[in-house]
Amino acid sequence: MIATLAHLPWYWPVLGGLCIGTAAGMLLLFNGRILGVSGMAAASLGWADGHDRTANRLFLVASMAGAGLTYLMLHRPAIGPTANMAVLIVGGLLVGYGTRLGSGCTSGHGVCGLARLSPRSIAATGVFMCTAAITVYVVRHILGYTS
Amino acid sequence: MTRFVSVLAGLLFGVGLALSDMVNPQRVQAFLDVAGTWDPSLALVMISALIPSALAWQIRRRRSRPVFDQQFHVPTSRRIDTALLSGAALFGMGWGLVGLCPGPALADLVIVPWPTLVFVVAMIAGMGVHRLLNPRPS
Repeated sequence: MIATLAHLPWYWPVLGGLCIGTAAGMLLLFNGRILGVSGMAAASLGWADGHDRTANRLFLVASMAGAGLTYLMLHRPAIGPTANMAVLIVGGLLVGYGTRLGSGCTSGHGVCGLARLSPRSIAATGVFMCTAAITVYVVRHILGYTS
Repeated sequence: MTRFVSVLAGLLFGVGLALSDMVNPQRVQAFLDVAGTWDPSLALVMISALIPSALAWQIRRRRSRPVFDQQFHVPTSRRIDTALLSGAALFGMGWGLVGLCPGPALADLVIVPWPTLVFVVAMIAGMGVHRLLNPRPS
């Protein structure tokens, strides 16, 4: 259904990772805040107290602008999610509820938490990596849905 | 000034997501698909993100406050509880199903608005459900 994923030369993920880590470092050293997108999304809606709602909104809108402009300049094919409507909805609910219950996502636990060797973040990252890999295994190799 | 930093950091974060192709759910699922054609990109992203991030945490240890705020707002809990583990487990399932976590999902609203919007609305609804069940902020 989908063309084979194009090979991505190693320097793109390395360069991208350095940008992401630098952004996290800036937010910590200048604002004293963790770069955690799920927490910032909740805070920007007023669902996490004690945060500057405007600062969180600005961060999220800027990240969307940064990604959009970069994508335009890279001329890569725009590939979005390929899951059907039901899976998109179930997946979105799981990601939204799970990140709030677990206090973080790939950025907050994965990038910031691992960098400061937080035991909670190490545990959370191990768990979500495992359940994500198991889910992909079940969907692709047991149920046989390939994309 | 904190808001100015937020804009700069947000831009840089978004640029990083796009350069590394983490905005592409197939790239992410190819990393998670250890039994298929494995793509190491996400591991490279995380490792290289940890370098400046860990460096910043080392600098933070020698400072009493951030540049533009009175104090650091950093979680102090070290307790690994059921909420943390079950939340992470549920998040991982959703992440594996679609290939999107919150940062890339928002970025994809700009790059591939449809059907990303469906996922983002569901994600916000999921956050809302958690808020309804837990009125006190965690």
